[in-house]
Amino acid sequence: MEHLVEEKELTFRDFETDQDVRWCPGCGDYAILKAAQKVMPQIGKEKEDIVFISGIGCSSRFPYYMNTYGFHTIHGRAPAVATGVKLANPNLSVWQVTGDGDALAIGGNHYIHALRRNIDINILLFNNEIYGLTKGQFSPTSATGLKTKSSPEGTVDRSFNPGKLAVGAEANFFARVIDVDPKRMAAVMLMAEKHTGTSLVEILQNCIIFNDKVFTNVTGKDVKLDMQLWLSHGEPMIFGKERNKGIILNGLQLEIVTIGENGVTEADVLVHDAHCSNNVLHNMLISMSAPEFPVAFGVIRMVESESFDQNVWKQIEEVKETAKIRSVDELMNSGVTWEIE
Amino acid sequence: MSKTVEEIDQVVIKFAGDSGDGMQLTGTQFSNTAAFIGNDLATFPDFPAEIRAPQGTVAGVSGFKIQFGSNRIFSPGDEADILIAMNPAALLANIDWIRDGGSVIIDSDSFKLKDFEKAGYKKNPLEDGTLAGYNVIEAPITKLTKESVVDCDIENKFRSRSKNMFALGIVYWLFSRPLSITEDFLDAKFGKVPEIARANKQALKAGYNYALTVELLPSAYKVKAAFLPKGKYRSVMGNEATAWGIMAAAERAELDIFLGTYPITPASDILHELSKFKNFNIVTLQAEDEIAGICASIGASFAGSLAVTSTSGPGLALKGEAIGLAMMTELPIVIINVQRGGPSTGLPTKTEQSDLLQAVYGRNGESPIIVLAASTPSNCFDYAYKAAKLAVEHMTPVILLTDGFIANGSEPWKIKSVGEMEDITPAFAKKDDENWNPYLRSKDKLNRTWAIPGTKGLEHRIGGLEKQAVTGNISYDPNNHEEMVKVRAKKVARVANFIPELEFNGDENSDLLVVGWGGTYGGLHTAVSSMLDEGKSVAHAHFNFINPLPKNTADVFSKFKKIVVCELNNGQFIKILQSEIPQFDYLQYNKIQGLPFSKSQLENEFNNLLEA
Repeated sequence: MEHLVEEKELTFRDFETDQDVRWCPGCGDYAILKAAQKVMPQIGKEKEDIVFISGIGCSSRFPYYMNTYGFHTIHGRAPAVATGVKLANPNLSVWQVTGDGDALAIGGNHYIHALRRNIDINILLFNNEIYGLTKGQFSPTSATGLKTKSSPEGTVDRSFNPGKLAVGAEANFFARVIDVDPKRMAAVMLMAEKHTGTSLVEILQNCIIFNDKVFTNVTGKDVKLDMQLWLSHGEPMIFGKERNKGIILNGLQLEIVTIGENGVTEADVLVHDAHCSNNVLHNMLISMSAPEFPVAFGVIRMVESESFDQNVWKQIEEVKETAKIRSVDELMNSGVTWEIE
Repeated sequence: MSKTVEEIDQVVIKFAGDSGDGMQLTGTQFSNTAAFIGNDLATFPDFPAEIRAPQGTVAGVSGFKIQFGSNRIFSPGDEADILIAMNPAALLANIDWIRDGGSVIIDSDSFKLKDFEKAGYKKNPLEDGTLAGYNVIEAPITKLTKESVVDCDIENKFRSRSKNMFALGIVYWLFSRPLSITEDFLDAKFGKVPEIARANKQALKAGYNYALTVELLPSAYKVKAAFLPKGKYRSVMGNEATAWGIMAAAERAELDIFLGTYPITPASDILHELSKFKNFNIVTLQAEDEIAGICASIGASFAGSLAVTSTSGPGLALKGEAIGLAMMTELPIVIINVQRGGPSTGLPTKTEQSDLLQAVYGRNGESPIIVLAASTPSNCFDYAYKAAKLAVEHMTPVILLTDGFIANGSEPWKIKSVGEMEDITPAFAKKDDENWNPYLRSKDKLNRTWAIPGTKGLEHRIGGLEKQAVTGNISYDPNNHEEMVKVRAKKVARVANFIPELEFNGDENSDLLVVGWGGTYGGLHTAVSSMLDEGKSVAHAHFNFINPLPKNTADVFSKFKKIVVCELNNGQFIKILQSEIPQFDYLQYNKIQGLPFSKSQLENEFNNLLEA
């Protein structure tokens, strides 16, 4: 029989839901949602094979706005829930949406263990360096000294760098993007999906209400070319308004040089190797912060290896080859048994 | 030499030694052999929390008790007829638990001055009258064991290791048992190190021959086979039966199993058991913590697996918020809680009915779920199966309570077949069903349906926020919230239509109804049965279904003059009964010592109540 209904290609509209999006007007989350909806038709999965999972916080409302399967879980635990979903059905494309409080404070344990195991999920970490939904307390990524409702005199806490924490937990994929650059964000999301294993995308996202302009020293029109280093595997680490600034390794330190000055040529500049399994240089790039250095963006680390779910199911298949007991009845009748006549 | 043989109905033996002496293995071997012969039996291992507490101290004593007989046996018994004490500490730890006139078999090689001082004895208990009134059998077990393995090619440090087998050989002679079951076991266990197998077998045989030759006791005993229903039997431990019940349910429901868990005493054996059978499509995730364990299971449940998590008291507390999420999202999950002595870290290796209130009420908000309790090692199989069935058919979390006593205890079990179990029909949603909604409910059970990712056309979002009825969209509507709270409660209450009614042992209109739940079944049944034999006006009703309660509970209670609720806690089930069925006066009897009830304690208490 002929197929009368033509298979229609999915567009971003297929991923919109009928729910009102309830983030504050001007919130960076809108751009992230749009980017995700645009990426979904490109990942080669049917809608029913995509799952968005979140914890608690502003970012975690995300699944309600994606017309896929979605699960808004409890605070901090989304990596664990996502791990269960992916292990139960490795065919699914599983996305975890989280914030800096959800992932790095209450959910810190699950964050590092998801990365350690290398479960094949994509984590979108919305980092706005503040608690939004609880109305303005400092988070584990807030800059030391930040004045908030819970730190009127400024915090004395030191902060986490989510990427350094991830690399410390043996993450194989780490990327950083910004809410104001949705195009490159979408491209990175697609790479995250294609990568096997846990893909962590840190999205610097502006909270217009409680931490407005926290990233303007990096994203401001006048500074962004000097303060952003977009990395691309195999490309030299060049940035700046004149595209004449480069990163070199001087001893055990990164250093900024100007091409054309003091005999420095483009050949002296480091070439980005995202695939290098040694993470020392990745860690140094992740650590660069303004204003001394530009902030590194793009896919900083992407090392291929087998994922946790692949290995779990590989082991299950291996055991099937050799297992002697193949049904519960066989199991219950194995070992020492006896008849009562 | 011919021995005289005395026939007896039932015997309690306690094997006790250092925690490294292999007493659990020795007790298990004796049990398997007794079961093989056709005795009915019940066992109770009793070991310290420390893996190797200081050698020779009371803290380091590991024990294994077994009651076996030609009668039906429902509990491991109270006082031992025979104690095998491998050192003075084992004697000291158990001296109060030997029947007057009972026998004590000791390894005289381990009763040197330093040994009994280490145990805490000031004088040698063999010489100071401590053991007056007992029949003491001193055997140089360590020395004879070494001699028995002199021709074995093993390291010197292993030469006295087989002394547990020598002791077992003695006990086998006492009860005229064959050695073959244990010999076969040793061959299998030490297949890769045949000399170790040989040493153990020789020590076993040497113990048997020694007892035969020196006629250790005036007579050996005969305990005939019990009249058990015909069929094929095996021995099963509670945790093992729990794991198998889950596996049987998954096979019957055609679901994969996902166990997300974190190791905790005394529940870890469930993880160990399920981890052995990956070829059944069982995924076991040893998570980073208790919370991740259950959350991963909830994820797997969302994705269509038979989701299970296993834990004990403190872990159940950590899982509370996640159980609430599963309740709110109406996803099936079986939470197995092997209770231990609480509160806080409490008594990890001791038994207690510690978590009933936590299981029934221990969550934020109105959060009713199904709570079941297994009551014997072998019926852990049935209630694990039932828990899985109720979870996937009614779309709700189910807590299955067992406890350290039945989880580690074992008994003969007439092997069931998966085919004879009740049918399981998971409440799956139908693909492309245009009328489908995430929170559309069935008429009879009030359950929503299970629409798993991968099912075309049923993409939907769920979460912990309150939902609008039918659509499942987020809703802050006041009336909707009240309606949803009530329908979730009603859904669980409706389960009463799908569980068996409460039965009781004894006559209607008896003066006293003994009420218990969960793992105290064996103790209560034994005490009440014995009183019934004496013609006492007593009956016993035992609960396996806690929430909801069986529909006829009030009807049963109304038949009796007095009701006493017996629990190994400070009174938890009685609180539930007082609030759910307030029209009766409940008496209570509680024991909170980390130990099961003893028959004599119960009989005393019940007799007092009958006379009062």
